[in-house]
Amino acid sequence: MTMLGDALIAALGTDARFEPGQCPSSVICCTVSREKFAEAARAMKKSYALLAAEWAVDESAFGRGFSVYACYRWGREYLIVRSGLPADDPQFPSITKRYLPAYRFERQMHSLMGVVPAGHPDLRPWIKFEDWPRDVYPLRKSFDPSKPMQRIKGEYQWSRAEGEGVYEIPVGPVHAGIIEPGHFRFQAVGEMVINLEERLGYVHKGIEKRFEALSWKDGARLAGRVSGDTTVAHGIAYCIALESMTGCSVPLRAHWIRALLLERERIANHLGDIGAICNDAAFAFMLYQLSRLRELLLRTNHRLFGHRLTMDRVIPGGVSVDIDVSGRAEIQAELAEISRDFEKLVTVYDESSSLEDRVRDTGVLKPEKARELCVVGIVARASGMNLDCRIFNPFPPYDEYDRLELDVPVKVTGDVHARAWVRVEEVRESIRIIRYILENMPEGPISTECGLPSPEATGFSAVEGWRGEIIYWLQAGPKGEINRCMVRDPSSVNWLGLEQAIPGNIVPDFPLCNKSFNQSYSGHDL
Amino acid sequence: MIRILRQIIRTGIITEPLTPSPEDEITRTGRALEEVIRRRFRRSLTIRQVDAGSCNGCELEIHAINNSYYNCERFGIHFTASPRFADMLLVTGPVTHNMEIALKRTYDATPPPKLVVAVGDCGFNGGIFGESYASLGGIDKVIPVDVIVRGCPPTPMALLNGILAAVDGNKV
Repeated sequence: MTMLGDALIAALGTDARFEPGQCPSSVICCTVSREKFAEAARAMKKSYALLAAEWAVDESAFGRGFSVYACYRWGREYLIVRSGLPADDPQFPSITKRYLPAYRFERQMHSLMGVVPAGHPDLRPWIKFEDWPRDVYPLRKSFDPSKPMQRIKGEYQWSRAEGEGVYEIPVGPVHAGIIEPGHFRFQAVGEMVINLEERLGYVHKGIEKRFEALSWKDGARLAGRVSGDTTVAHGIAYCIALESMTGCSVPLRAHWIRALLLERERIANHLGDIGAICNDAAFAFMLYQLSRLRELLLRTNHRLFGHRLTMDRVIPGGVSVDIDVSGRAEIQAELAEISRDFEKLVTVYDESSSLEDRVRDTGVLKPEKARELCVVGIVARASGMNLDCRIFNPFPPYDEYDRLELDVPVKVTGDVHARAWVRVEEVRESIRIIRYILENMPEGPISTECGLPSPEATGFSAVEGWRGEIIYWLQAGPKGEINRCMVRDPSSVNWLGLEQAIPGNIVPDFPLCNKSFNQSYSGHDL
Repeated sequence: MIRILRQIIRTGIITEPLTPSPEDEITRTGRALEEVIRRRFRRSLTIRQVDAGSCNGCELEIHAINNSYYNCERFGIHFTASPRFADMLLVTGPVTHNMEIALKRTYDATPPPKLVVAVGDCGFNGGIFGESYASLGGIDKVIPVDVIVRGCPPTPMALLNGILAAVDGNKV
């Protein structure tokens, strides 16, 4: 048994029933009665586990009511705790008091599925706006998604700050730059922000519901569009979850090409981000230089893989593109140029004192806070948490630890600089990994037939996209169709990190801090 | 400082006559754009970009037309922070239910005459998100659209061509 499994048995004894059927078998699924749902969370907290995701499922297709799931992570282990709820009284004990990220997960479950987390401190709707009809729960099976929604009158209750000299700055949803929509409300005294409240949900496209109307194959295309900048990682995560349910054994070469695309996506986004962070500190030189390198990368993508962002190149059962000797040479030449110029630019970044003045000690997310919020990815690694699914939950070639020697950069200061620097080191590491992949890639087919999952099968995957850990949880319905596809983009948890990092900073530093987090609105709102 | 200058000089001007697609495509489109923008907008076309629910793929490519390869500023194209200064709205996404009002307000805040370019397959008809409770399924369901740029996401070249088509008065 595993560490978390043992901890759960120690706390709950026979109340915890371990259920077979969860795929892959390395992930444990355990059913507890709903009264014990919070107790399980307590046991997990005591074992230092982090909350990875929490979601609800309408299981009426199986003749049951609802189920709530909480997924905990500790090192390499993932443990899913499930509780069934009756359809006429979908209440369960909230775990927000134990785990802060549950705060938003549970608001979302309450808004979109209509399950009630008893004891939750703040049940204002989330993603569901105040002008939606109250009794609309899109994720329920009884909901018909094809009809447009009516609007009703309603007002969102903002948190308030009062006192002499306190004023409020509303920003968004339409922002000044070329970015996604979201609303931020600052309470400030003079220049200093004393509170930031985010309000997201503007780009809610009904993705999770949409999955349920698609075939498994088309699901991969939709997963590639959950967040356009992370299209490869989302594609891989969806496909791995699906493949684990069907027992499909993906050819080794396909895994390696997936890793190649994944690392290229990481480099492209990090280059853009480092440039944009510098640009928000009024150092446009870096933005233009780095976006030049990014463009080089995207053009190679276009030539070799037929798409600048390599969308839809990861398919269930493998990949749809291969790479030959000339393609390999082209990438190596491109990497040589990118790597040479990148190092020069990093020196410029490092030696610019005016830039340093802006990025150091700005937007600090302290390590203890980061842990409490269970943040993932770059944000976590900049705040002292050593988390990386490429190490903890690898697919080939990442599982060749001793040969690949993947280095995970971790900083402890948690400021804008730390988040920029983690990216810098990850770009270097990704370049190295791509070179390793090109030199050692095994021969063989690039895809195989991926069958269909059997009814009631569930699949899970965690993949390290460039923002951080992406989790997919799939459930097949009674006829083998998609009954539920839970998507947990890193943004779902990391947005809370931004909210916590801002108070104490000055208003003009907000764009800089926001850029250093660069979370996806689309991946969060779904 | 010397490093910065050296890097700038070493990089040189990379703004293109664009390879690899048909030689000079970008300059040809660009010249046509410049010509029309000079004639109709007194050398300066100001664009407000609005994300009405995209997956952010289109935003990445819109960013790219600002990079030094495409360098859209040389044709007189600027992106503005406010719709009140804009000649054109560049709208992405299938228009979510939650963005519908904001998009309408942005459109109303833009002074006439104004152009609207719908970007991407989902801006055209909702794309893979389709029409649902949350997705309205296309920009033209909410505001009048002059030109549609298809693609998922459209390439920077396609975006420049779409902008050209709109300022040239071609309805698509």
